[in-house]
Amino acid sequence: MNQQINFTLSLADTTLILAQRNSEWCAHGPILEQDIAITNISLDLLGQARNFYQHAAHLIGSPATEDSLAYLRTEREFKNLLITELPNGDWAQTILRQFFFSVYQSLLYTQLLQSKDEQLAAIAEKSLKEITYHIKWSSDWVIRLGDGTAESQQRMYKAIEYLWMYTGEFFIPADYETTDLSAMEREWSLKVKDVFEEAGLIMPEKIFMQQGGKTGNHTEHLGFILAEMQSLQRTYPGAQW
Amino acid sequence: MNITTRKFYYGDIPEESAGGATSAIVKSNETAWPLWEVFIRSKQGLDHKHAGSLHAADAAMAIENARDVYTRRQEGVSLWVVESKYIHASNPDDAESFYEPAADKVYRHPSFYVLPDEIKHM
Repeated sequence: MNQQINFTLSLADTTLILAQRNSEWCAHGPILEQDIAITNISLDLLGQARNFYQHAAHLIGSPATEDSLAYLRTEREFKNLLITELPNGDWAQTILRQFFFSVYQSLLYTQLLQSKDEQLAAIAEKSLKEITYHIKWSSDWVIRLGDGTAESQQRMYKAIEYLWMYTGEFFIPADYETTDLSAMEREWSLKVKDVFEEAGLIMPEKIFMQQGGKTGNHTEHLGFILAEMQSLQRTYPGAQW
Repeated sequence: MNITTRKFYYGDIPEESAGGATSAIVKSNETAWPLWEVFIRSKQGLDHKHAGSLHAADAAMAIENARDVYTRRQEGVSLWVVESKYIHASNPDDAESFYEPAADKVYRHPSFYVLPDEIKHM
């Protein structure tokens, strides 16, 4: 039971924090159309997060609610992947993170379709349609910038260098995870390699991989995200729209 | 595209004779993405209708942008995009000769036939 709750919370936290990060682009996008695109993705992720939190709250039982789980837990209790809490950086960094994450997410959720937890399987099924578009959108951008100008390519390499060490965590299982992550890792690398090849980008060598997010050991960035996201509920407990 | 637009703030004061503060020659950004017109079919069997326009670097991006900008509230099931420069429009100055002659020709409407009773929904 505890395992199931923690796993559900990790899915919820990961999607919530990435939604929060992507939402920072709202009104700051490089062009109006892309501003709307990244905000749409942010809202898709937030919708997924809500589904997972509601399910987790149901598993935990009263008085837990989706809001208490999102707004009243501390940094060490959050189980999101480190890559989701990293700063947006420039557009290249944002779209590359989204690409890495969406490919992983689609592989993970495809496995979730077989989950014994029917609610998780249902959320995964609903989310996969959204994720398919996120992959298309973000891989188009990886190809566009990788195969673009000297500057756009250089920015892609900077983003790869920054983000790559956070991609290993996708496949390092936490004790509450039962899915087969090693098979997923191979598929993930193949998909990323395909897109990188089309983008004219070279895959990095095997390097040291960061981990810890799944078990609550975060980078210095998460605290600031939570401070901003939770300040209202913590200042005015129970505040409603 | 190298369009130069002039902005006149206080009536039609020509740039050169206006004060420095109102001088604003806005040059269109040469690296700006081209404009595209978006057409949406709201459901199978209906026509694509013009929905608006947007900027995109190429057709693939225009389709994705149209999906994100114009179909967020289930507006459609199919999208067309066409670069705006390929649309040719009638000239507003021709309105008199183009459209007004049709005004007094009611016989062009198919309203002078007697419809058999069996035909419904006409």
